[in-house]
Order: sequence, then C-alpha cells, then structure tokens
Amino acid sequence: MYRGQNISNQVDWLTIGLYFIIVMLGWLNIFAAVYDESLNQNIFDLSLNSGKQLIWIVSSIVLIVLIMSLDYKFYDTFGFVVFGGVMLLLIFVLLFGREVAGSKSWFEIGSFRLQPSEFAKFATALAVAKFASLSGKRIEKLRTQLILGGIISIPPVLIILQGDTGTALVYSAFVLVLFREGMSPVPLILGTAVATIFILTLLVTNLYLYLGILTLTTILVLVFRKNLKRIAITLAGALILSGSILGVNFFISDVLKPHQQNRVKALINPEADPLGYGWNVTQSKIAIGSGGFYGKGFLEGTQTKFDFVPEQSTDFIFCTIGEEHGWLGSLVLIGLFLTLLLRVVFIAERQKWTFARVYGYSVACILFFHFAVNIGMTIGLFPVIGIPLPFFSYGGSSLWAFTILLFILIKLDSHRMQVLVR
Amino acid sequence: MNNGRKHIIQFIFIFTGLIFLIKLLFIQVFDSKYVQAADNNIIQKEVIYPYRGLIYDRNDKLIVFNEPMYEVMITKKNAFIADTVHFCSVFEISREQFIEKVTSMKKARGYSSVKPFPFFKQISQKEFAEIQDYMIDFPGFTIEARTTRKYANPILSNALGYVSEVTKEQLSRDSSNYYQQRDHIGQSGLESQYEEFLRGQRGVVFKIKNVRGIEKGSFKDGDLDTLSVPGKTLTSTIDIDLQEYGKILMEGKSGSIVAIEPASGEILSIVSGPSYDPNLLSGRKYSDNFELIASDTLNPLFNRPLMAQYRPGSIFKIAQAMIALQEGVININTRIPCNRNIIGCHGPHSNENLQGAITHSCNPYFHQVMRRVVNKNVLENTYDDTHIGLDKWRGHVLSFGFGKPLGIDLPNEKGGLIPSSGYYDRAYKGEKWKYSNIYSISIGEGENLVVPIQMANFAAIVANRGFYYTPHLIKSIGGSDPLPFYTEKKYTTIDPEHFEVAVEAMAEVIKSGTGQYRAKLQDIEVCGKTGTVQNDPMPDHSVFIAFAPKDNPKIAVAVYVEDAGQGARAAASIASLMIEKYLIGETKRPNIEQYVLNGKFL
Repeated sequence: MYRGQNISNQVDWLTIGLYFIIVMLGWLNIFAAVYDESLNQNIFDLSLNSGKQLIWIVSSIVLIVLIMSLDYKFYDTFGFVVFGGVMLLLIFVLLFGREVAGSKSWFEIGSFRLQPSEFAKFATALAVAKFASLSGKRIEKLRTQLILGGIISIPPVLIILQGDTGTALVYSAFVLVLFREGMSPVPLILGTAVATIFILTLLVTNLYLYLGILTLTTILVLVFRKNLKRIAITLAGALILSGSILGVNFFISDVLKPHQQNRVKALINPEADPLGYGWNVTQSKIAIGSGGFYGKGFLEGTQTKFDFVPEQSTDFIFCTIGEEHGWLGSLVLIGLFLTLLLRVVFIAERQKWTFARVYGYSVACILFFHFAVNIGMTIGLFPVIGIPLPFFSYGGSSLWAFTILLFILIKLDSHRMQVLVR
Repeated sequence: MNNGRKHIIQFIFIFTGLIFLIKLLFIQVFDSKYVQAADNNIIQKEVIYPYRGLIYDRNDKLIVFNEPMYEVMITKKNAFIADTVHFCSVFEISREQFIEKVTSMKKARGYSSVKPFPFFKQISQKEFAEIQDYMIDFPGFTIEARTTRKYANPILSNALGYVSEVTKEQLSRDSSNYYQQRDHIGQSGLESQYEEFLRGQRGVVFKIKNVRGIEKGSFKDGDLDTLSVPGKTLTSTIDIDLQEYGKILMEGKSGSIVAIEPASGEILSIVSGPSYDPNLLSGRKYSDNFELIASDTLNPLFNRPLMAQYRPGSIFKIAQAMIALQEGVININTRIPCNRNIIGCHGPHSNENLQGAITHSCNPYFHQVMRRVVNKNVLENTYDDTHIGLDKWRGHVLSFGFGKPLGIDLPNEKGGLIPSSGYYDRAYKGEKWKYSNIYSISIGEGENLVVPIQMANFAAIVANRGFYYTPHLIKSIGGSDPLPFYTEKKYTTIDPEHFEVAVEAMAEVIKSGTGQYRAKLQDIEVCGKTGTVQNDPMPDHSVFIAFAPKDNPKIAVAVYVEDAGQGARAAASIASLMIEKYLIGETKRPNIEQYVLNGKFL
C-alpha cells in the first residue's frame, strides 16, 4: 500500500520550511553585513557575498533534488564508500590544496573553491550510522566503542594536519550521539567536567578548585557508601580532575599555539588587550550589544558593515542579527535553530531503522555543536573557534555540506514506513 | 533508559539556547555600555574652528584680521614615508628634527595612532603652495585649514597682544572647561582681555567612519551638528594714523605716549617704545621669535604705558594746587616766597601767586602748600597730625585715578604708588616721621609712582574740569556699547571751580612758561605742564602732559621719555606734535618734528 504513496506526503515539510527560512535569513544578513549605503548596492550583485551566496543557494536546491531522487538505500549501502572517498579528498587536499589564512584545506579550480573538510561531517555521520547499524554491534561493548572512536577520529586528525583546529573540534559532537545510543555517560560527564575545570582554572585560584573537588568527592562517597564500584569511579574521577588542573597550565603554555592561547585569554578577559587578541570578542560584543531590544533596523547596522567586526559574513554573521535586529531578532533566530534541532531529534527518534536514527542524531549533534560554538563565541561564552553558523553563514562549501547532511536525513525519514525494524 | 537520554539531549539543546538568550538580554538590553562603545567606534567628531573677531580702529580701518594657515596632520596608523630624505627636504627640516618630532609626538597628550595629530603647525599659504604637490607622496598625512592672526601695521603691538595655541597650563586652569587642545587663545593685550567676545563659538560635525577611519557620511543626517559662530567684531578707540605717527616719533626712544579723548575716556593712541612687530608672534616661527623679543635688553614686551612706574615730577604740582584749594589752605591769590634754602628751584621768580607758581614750577611754593595741607594742626602732636593730614591728602590724590590700577581694558596694568601714613610707618620701621621727612612728594618726587596712562587720564580730568571716564581701548563690541564700566562718569573730590585756575596756569605754561618754545601751536590753544624727573646718575626723564583746545578739549596727552632731560624738550615736542596730528592732520612745524626724530635732546 505504501508503494502508491507520493513522496511529498512523506517528507517532513516542517524541517524543509525551517531550512529555507534560515537560508533566506542568512542570505539577507550576508547582504546587510557587507552593504555600503554610498555605493547603492544590489543584493543580487555577483561581486558581493550576497550575490555569490545566491548562486550557492540555487545550486543547493539542485543538490536537494539529487539527494531526494537517489534511492534511500544508497546511503546505507555506500556509507563506508562515501566516507572513504571523502577521507581520500582530505589527504589529497593536504598534498595539492591551497593554503588560505594558514590552513591548507581548500581545493581551488579557477575562482571556485571547495573545502573538503566540510563534507567530512556528513560522511562521518554516514559511516558511524552504518557501523552502529551493522547487525550484532552493541554500542555498550568496548570493542564497538573503540572502532566507532577510530572512525570518528580519522577526519579530525586529517583536518588538524591541514591546520584547521576549529573544524576538527566539531567531531567531539559525536560523543553525544554515542551517549544516546547507549554508551556510558562517564566520558560525557568527565569531558564536561574537564572543560569546566579548564575554564575555572583560568578564573579561580587553584586552591579553591582543589577544595571544591575534595568537598564534592566527600559528598559523593557518603552518598555512594554502599556501592564500592561507584566510590571507585568517583575517586578516579576526582584524581583525573585534580590532575587536569595541573595539566591546564601545561596545556595552555605548551600545547596550544600562541593564537589559540590568546583566544582562551580573550574569552576570560577581552578587556586586557582590546586592540589585540581581545579585538574580535570585544568588537563582536559591541556590535551585538549596541543592537538593544529592537535592533537598529535592516541595513542600519554600523559595526558590522564598517568592518569593526571581523569575518562579518562568515563566522561572525550572528553580529549582524544582534546589531540590526536586536534581542528580538536573536530570539527569533535562536528559536528557529532550537525548533530545527528538536525537530531533527524528533525525526531521529521516530526511525525504526538504527542507521537512520544514528544518522539523525549525528545531524542534530553536528548542527548543535556549530550553533552553540558559533553563537557562543560571538557573545563571549566560548573561545573564538572559526566555524560557521549552519545554513546562515556565507560560504558555498559549508552550505552545500549542511544541505547534504540535512537532506539525507529528510530522504531517509521519508521512507521510514518502508523500513522493517532491523 | 534511552528515552531518558533523549530528554537529556533535548534538555542540553534548550538549556544552551536559554543561556544564549539570557546572556544576550544582558549585553543588549540591560548593559548600555555597548551602545556607547559602538558610537565611539564609528563617530568621528570634527571641530569647526570659528573665525576670530576682527578689530577695527575708530575710523573703521581694519587693524586685526585672520589669514588662512594650514596644519599638516599625521594619522600614524596610515602614515608611510617611503623616502625620509625627500620628506625632510619638502618640509625643510633636518633628519634630527624629524626624529625628534616623531618621538615627541608619541609622548604628546591626546596622541592616538588612529586619529589625525598635528605634525607641522602654522604653515602659511605660501609654504602650503610649495608643499601641496608633494602631499601625495606621503600617505597618512593630511592638511587641515586653520586661521592665524594678522596685524595690518606693526604698531600697537603691546596693546593688541597676540594669539597662540592654548597651553597645557591654561587648559588645566580653565574652570569653564571651554578650551580644548589646539584651540587658539589670546595671550596678552586686547586679544586676551576680550577673548570671550573674540573667540566665537566652535562648531562640531559628527561623521561616521569605518574601522580604517575612512569617512562614511554624516551621523544621524547631521542632526547633532552645530555651526561655528564667528567671534564679535571689536571697534577700537585707537586712531591708527595717530598711533602710527606716535610710533614714528618714539622710534629709538624708551618711554610712552598716551592720548585720550577727554569727553569719553577713549584712548586715541597708546605707544610703547621700543616695540616689536606682532606678526612675528603669529605663525610658525612663534617660539623662535618670542625668545628673540623676550631677550632684547630694551625689553620690547614691557608695555610701558601700563606697566612702567615713574615718579611724576612737576606735573604733580597741578594736583597739589587743586587739593590745597579744596582744603582751603590757600586761595588763588596766595603768594609764597621762593625760598630756595629749603628746596632747590629754577628760573627767575621770587614771590609768585598760585598761577605763577604753576607756570614757573616753583618748588618752594608747593613744598609750603603741601605742608599746609598735611599739617592743619587738628591734633597737638605734630607726628599724629601729619598722619591724619597725609591720609586725607592721599584720598584726594587717589580720586584723580592715581595710586591704583585704573581698570583699563588691558591686562597687567600697574597701579603706581601714592604713599599713605601706613607706608611711611613701615618704611621708618616704627621711628617717628613728620612732614620734613617726606616733603619731596610735594613736588612729585620721593615715593610717588605713577604710570603713564594715569598721567594722561590726569590731563583728561583737568581738561574735563573734574571728572573722567576710565580710559579704554574698545568702544564697541559687535556693534553695541563698550563694557558698562567704561561709560560710568567718575568724579574727583575737588570742586569743579578749582580746576579753572589749573587750566589757566597750564595755558600760561604754553604761552609764556616752559612750554612756549616747543609746545605752542599757531591756531590751537594748548594747555600743558612740563616735568623733569630726577634720575641720578642717568639723565632726567622728560615728562609732559597736555590737552587741547583749552575750551572743549578734544585730546589729552601724556608723554614720558626716559633719560631725555628736560620735560620742555623731548616730551613737550612729542606731545604737541601728537595734538597737531590729531586735530589738524599734519604738523606745521617740520623743525620740531625733525628735532624729535633726530632724538638729540640733551
């Protein structure tokens, strides 16, 4: 009976709607970010970022049609092949790529530039979903976890070799996916705790941190006093945390590169050097903060278009929203993203097929990571990590890659009725 | 369990979104500092400097005006000098000066690498024309137009003063907070006295700039911009032709000429010799020239008409005569023998009445007259009686405008000195003193000190028969009246009828007395009094006061020439020439003019 059904009845129009709304808002804001009143510019002008982005948007629609017309089983069947192919591209780019701003992560063909690391995200998501859905693979098993960990670590290693640490960090989002699939929460909790300690070490005297860990450990030991195993985990955790405090200084001064150290310092105290390493964060906050409740109005922003904010149409595109549309505009955009994220989680949850569900969660978590880090850095809650706001930031590679990422899920979802529980 | 994990993930998503919205609420809605910071980023405030007010003379001849001048500004961030040698040769500085300029600039107050900062100041139009074509070779250097003060004639310099950039000290002392760096301010003379009228009001233009400082239009369509308001035009009381003539007459001499219109107190001419060209203190070479002028041993910056305190000499006898009449100790017929044993005298006379005593400047007569004024025997004790008498006498003298600054509209006016009983108590350190100790003040010598402007004012008082308006240099501010203080009539303590004898005596001085040879004019009845002030071991100072015509006087003059001998020579000649020039327009006595220009008076 489902054979007769039209595919349009099965696709999730809400997600598609959200996608197009965010893409179009992004396009308008890219124009606003580069608009110069005195030049009487047109949003379709191909010499402007907004004109170029329109080409990327139109070509994305072509991609969508392609994705939707392929057989849904293709993504399952060729999951590893796609992954392998993209990994080869990542290696090629190391050999033949063009270096832009210190990162060797671009292929250049004429004036056309492509960043393969953007496409590694959906490829990795496919591979993880494929492996997790293989029969007999139980995620609780250490062996499965190790292999999955291996798959997830290949792209970031290659990307770090290219010199693009920001994009590599995105793969930490898969921890959340594995957590959903049944992996122990300990790595997640411990990871969060280490990150928290990392930040706290920079803000608070170490002695207080040790005292805090001691207090917390004592409480937990008392709570778990009848469960030896939990006490052991707690004590181990406390040791790791205490060790990480010692490690932070070493990490900051010996592992991080100078520009990365500065980004951490800028997060903690941008006012210490507002014209130097604090410039990006300071100016970004000024642009957003000056928007007020209602914003200055479309094309009325000054901080972004007068170049006070760096990378104003890519990584710092949120500044344009904050400045021109104020808190209300920010609320709308954050609301749209949250709706999309929750909708993707909803879609993932309604899949009976493990492959589709794991893939769905990968989409949600990758989008979430970008959303959280990108907006977080513009308002001074995260260190500056140069990753785009999905569907919104200027850039062909990222728009294409996120479009593919999302629409493979929509394609899989539209066939959810055809899939037997596996 | 996995259902629970779904909720955890949903919770993380929503929680993150909420944290963002709360943080945004704080920086966008609750904290206004970002709005301020954004404005600071983009708004560039440009000051529109006002035109300083012009100054005209009493006959509407322009004497002070503005001329365009340029400043070369550097915006360090954009500045690039490819060839330092070329740069130095264009701006005519040495390599060392260039390095010195750059290092001192970085330490200067208000310096910022992103804002234009003055690198060369006060570049004249001519210099600008020479460098203009080269400016393209020096990115980051821009030209800003300002104005500088110009003085039509290099005369009247001490009275006009000069204008320069406001100093650090002035900025910190400025309680009204009007002044900002790079503002111009009058530093002395009229430029300083009438600063608040002359300066006008700064305008301001708000412009939007991008991060590289490039202009992107006006802020809020110019709603906040204000126009600059030019300073008010001042009309001076000075007759610039008379002033110029006075300056020529004073060439090579030290001293001063002050001429006043008695009926109004308007200063027609105020000459200080030696003087300097005020244009030297305007423009780029200001500091070099200032040093040169200030180190001149003849002290051209010393404004003698207001600041030089001299003993008045015999001209003081006129005041003495009127005080004695007012006190009733003599009448016009009182005769006193010329007893030269008490005090020296000159000329053939022996027993004069009051008028004769003035005409012949009889010293024993006025010695005796003042004794009568001071010792009226109101107390038995001679010492105490002298105290009371002296202070009463002093009260009369002060009413002639002596002994304290008159309040002329120029800064740094000195008051001179008319000794009081307290002054002598201090001078004698508690020892007793009486008239015989202090009598030399009776003939204008001794401790008396007056400034030339007071002498001229005194001549004006006699011409007016008993009153004066405080001498002033500005008769109209922006078309309206002078400051109210200068339209108040001030009376002396002497009844008007007592002035007639003084006027008659002064007329007689010119007709038949010491002034007859060099101060007598053919068609104009001049009234005057010579003075020869002792100045051991140097030659005497030559002093002369006069007014003319006798009836309905138009001009009162005081001339003081240092080290020039008898008052009847240098001072009398100069004063009469000034009167002639003002009333007739030229002198009919070229021999006298030549005599003054030659300057050999001894």
